[in-house]
Amino acid sequence: MAAFVLRRLVQAALVMAAVGLIAFALFRFVGDPVVFMLGQDATPAERAAMSAQLGLDQPFHVQYGRFVARAVQGDFGLSLRQLRPVSTLFAERLPATLELSLAAALFAVAVGIPMGVYTALKPRSWLSQAFLVVSLIGVSLPTFLIGILLILVFAVQLGWLPSFGRGDVVMLGGWSTGLLTVSGLKALILPSITLGLFQMTLIMRLTRSEMLEVLRADHIRFARARGLPDRLVHFRHALRNTLVPVITVAGLQLGSIVAFAIITETVFQWPGMGLLFIQSVMFADVPVMGAYLCLIALLFVIINLVVDLLYYAVDPRLRLDGAAAH
Amino acid sequence: MSALLEVRHLRVAFETRRGPLVAVDDISLQIGEGEILGMVGESGAGKSVTGTAILGLLEPPARITAGEILLEGSRIDNLAPEAMRRLRGKRIGAIFQDPLTALDPLFTIGQQLVETILTHDAVGARAARDRALKLLGEVGIPAPEKRLDQYPHQLSGGMRQRVVIALALCAEPRLVIADEPTTALDVSTQAQIIELLKRLARTRGTAVLLITHDMGVIAETADRVAVLYAGRIAEIGPVREIVHAPLHPYTTGLMGAIPKLGALRSRLAQIDGAMPRLDAIPPGCAFHPRCTQRLAQCDREIPRAVAVDGREVACWLHGESSRG
Repeated sequence: MAAFVLRRLVQAALVMAAVGLIAFALFRFVGDPVVFMLGQDATPAERAAMSAQLGLDQPFHVQYGRFVARAVQGDFGLSLRQLRPVSTLFAERLPATLELSLAAALFAVAVGIPMGVYTALKPRSWLSQAFLVVSLIGVSLPTFLIGILLILVFAVQLGWLPSFGRGDVVMLGGWSTGLLTVSGLKALILPSITLGLFQMTLIMRLTRSEMLEVLRADHIRFARARGLPDRLVHFRHALRNTLVPVITVAGLQLGSIVAFAIITETVFQWPGMGLLFIQSVMFADVPVMGAYLCLIALLFVIINLVVDLLYYAVDPRLRLDGAAAH
Repeated sequence: MSALLEVRHLRVAFETRRGPLVAVDDISLQIGEGEILGMVGESGAGKSVTGTAILGLLEPPARITAGEILLEGSRIDNLAPEAMRRLRGKRIGAIFQDPLTALDPLFTIGQQLVETILTHDAVGARAARDRALKLLGEVGIPAPEKRLDQYPHQLSGGMRQRVVIALALCAEPRLVIADEPTTALDVSTQAQIIELLKRLARTRGTAVLLITHDMGVIAETADRVAVLYAGRIAEIGPVREIVHAPLHPYTTGLMGAIPKLGALRSRLAQIDGAMPRLDAIPPGCAFHPRCTQRLAQCDREIPRAVAVDGREVACWLHGESSRG
């Protein structure tokens, strides 16, 4: 177990080093931040001075070395646009993105799994057919379109929910949360549905196909032959066997929810990391972009690790402790 | 002696787009209290389908199209699904072929035993666990306390099959349907499982329908045997007589295919050809295209089962003489 975790940590470190290098190298070609900061009319001398001040005149490997050394301490430098530390900007924006992503993931799992189970158990009911049609729409419509349609219906026409922003937030320590105010919760509904809809349909379809597969398994037939009631056969034996692969995918999807929050945050003007990233791209704010890429990579690495550990909890066959087969 | 299980003229068909395929055709048999009835035949002869039909576990497109199944004198083939569910495990136990896949990998042996016991009997969790321990001991699992908290993958194939047997016996059913219980096991484990089945049938008075394609297993275990061919019973009777003096040419062929120690033949006898597919069962006796003693009427009329020397055989060779 310990060896397994250690091996995974080493792999994670290698992945992070590679991502850091790619991020750093790629963003050198995005554009010259000095031009953005000083404007078109600056003299070459002013530009050279600015470059020297930012360390941009140093050779590549020196810049990268500095970048890594500071990054591991959480220091990604100053935002070129706002001239404030990137870490401070992230700390301000992170709660908004995480709350949105978790709400979206919760929506995807809490709706997707029951729908998947239902469509597997009652494949011929009209409700199952309706779910499948809805899921097809969910998979094929692009996120921004879903967001705009939701805004059109629920914000513009019905006027039930706000169309942009987070509503009122409350500070809990350094964490700004929108979960404690009515306006914050109302503001969360449309963006989290928009963000989670694709994952929800994915989880539903996966749950359905896995469940159909499991229901054909020998041990399910044997459970029926033992006379177990459908309730136990379906929700104890079949569902638990179904959840093993679903957990993996759902967990990995959490990473992409955070990463793809960019679009939803832009549509809803949600003050999170994604919006910060888009604004930074327009300004060629290299430190923010690099830090964002590294953070997303870190997130994926952590989620992968957690999912592997969750496997251990759900599937006893993977527990390679002292009680191995004999 | 009244029969514990009686199957009368059972017919099971698979409904397909090109019409029904008859997998079990007019099968009748009886099993008495504590009796082991072997059912032998090639793959696709209808053995498992018969067992599944008795358990009420046929799934569409398969369904019973004719006949009756009686357990202790009352019909069970027309029970409502919920009534049939209560009966499964309680009055008819089942043992499946592959112990590696019959147990849920995510639950401990104890959890699976206890849930089965609690399903059928209103006992406390404590009492259920005690009974689970006793059952594991009874099916010959050493250190049952330890095994109770283990997962299926931590047990060997033979041990798992013992657990499957314990699961079938949870509610002390009078009848157990054992579908190829030894096929997936190695030979020495097979012998142990067969011994166990025989002992349980003897000590508990449990009747067993033993489905297998292995005539050797039948010869060692069963009291009587039914030989199936293409969904029909070719011959049914006491196992000793059928093994030593088969009447139906198909049974004769089957016996010739069992290797014997010390036999002088260097090659095993085999029956030429293959059993017909369900969609191409020949008219008359289904075996006639492969039969070496074929008569004129064999390809026109299906032979009916007739009693000959305490057994029943469906073959024109014997039908004429006994009727004549």
